[in-house]
Amino acid sequence: MTATQTGSDAERRIWEAIGAVTDPEIPVLSVVDLGIIDGVSIADDGGVVVRMLPTFVGCPALSVMREQIAAAVHRLGHGDVRVDVVFDPPWSSDRITEDGRRRLREFGLAPPAGACGGVIESNFHAVPCPWCGSRETDLESIFGPTLCRSMHYCRACRQSFEHFKPVG
Amino acid sequence: MGAHATTPHDGNATAALSPERVSALSDLLLRLADDELVIGHRNSEWTGLGPILEADIAFSSMAQDEIGHAQAYYRLLADLGHLPPDRMAFLREATEFRCASLVSLPRGDWAFSIVRQFLYDAAEHVRIEALATSSYAPLAALARKISGEEKYHLLHGRTWMMKLGSATEESHRRMQAAVNELVPHALGLFEPTPQDPAIVRLGIQPPESLLAAEWHRAVEPVVREAGLTMPRDPKPAYGGRAGRHPPALSELVAAMQKVFRMDPAAQW
Repeated sequence: MTATQTGSDAERRIWEAIGAVTDPEIPVLSVVDLGIIDGVSIADDGGVVVRMLPTFVGCPALSVMREQIAAAVHRLGHGDVRVDVVFDPPWSSDRITEDGRRRLREFGLAPPAGACGGVIESNFHAVPCPWCGSRETDLESIFGPTLCRSMHYCRACRQSFEHFKPVG
Repeated sequence: MGAHATTPHDGNATAALSPERVSALSDLLLRLADDELVIGHRNSEWTGLGPILEADIAFSSMAQDEIGHAQAYYRLLADLGHLPPDRMAFLREATEFRCASLVSLPRGDWAFSIVRQFLYDAAEHVRIEALATSSYAPLAALARKISGEEKYHLLHGRTWMMKLGSATEESHRRMQAAVNELVPHALGLFEPTPQDPAIVRLGIQPPESLLAAEWHRAVEPVVREAGLTMPRDPKPAYGGRAGRHPPALSELVAAMQKVFRMDPAAQW
């Protein structure tokens, strides 16, 4: 397969391929649903550049995701692939798609509240339980096993759950 | 040519930079990177030893943020022609670091670490907000990104200051001792360097003295609300920005670099 196709067809295939790459720490969530792919461009010489926004600057899964994205695009037949990590625009948890939010819930991770208000305490109280839906929940710790998660407890179904922290 | 994931070299941003601008930026970025790397390492020293599990996780998580931020600053430095991040972090001598003494000090007791973190994060917040409009676009973009993450550190610090400031006689005593000892070191974060005038003139960042004043205005009410008092007329602990460090930094650097230095060419 040659890398001479340009335009929306090839770009669509690339997006599809990238959509199969998942967050290694949240394996049900594709990097597309996570909203970290800012754009894909194909140059005249066939070189592909994928622009990627880190969720958190210190995210340790960053290099793994970059490698997997590059590999996925390379497998389509594009020989020259580059994945650029950029901070403009800053990633916001508002970029997580509706599909992504549903998958988070199914995984047992409460999706983030809107990030436009910034880090405000009300975003962390009464977070709906992803297991039973109740709002009778408590914040146990604003930090969790990964940079993107806080830890909560549901008094209704008596289970712990994690919550994707709003970041904006 | 195979697929490769590379760090972006923002050619547009760095191509037309004057030597004067490169020097000014390098000076600032090195301070920021070294501060973050060293405090990140200090915070990681609580991993496994925190007083309660959530506290342990908090410092571990913040350490991860800080080391990630350090790496991002070192990458900006690499774009300006400096060594790659791993070499900056693991192959420089302690005397080459440009961190302030606040971050070099050993972690002390819990009160000490909480007060140090609170003072540090307040300073970082003031600086990051100012850098969001820096004339150097890559730094402004990074600052805006970091700002969203730092808010969790600020929330954590404030919460613990309130919790411990006047909870018991012992907590109050330890917290006040920490405030007395650490405020002079915190002022060292704003130690002006010979590049300060150029940094200001080129629109990279406002003057250190301005940031120091903003920091004081932000910190004093919280300290007071926590039932503590700021030391009167604290004498800033300068020297870190000129490479003069407490002995504790040499120990930290030796520990931090030990594994890497065993085989600098190893692939991790």
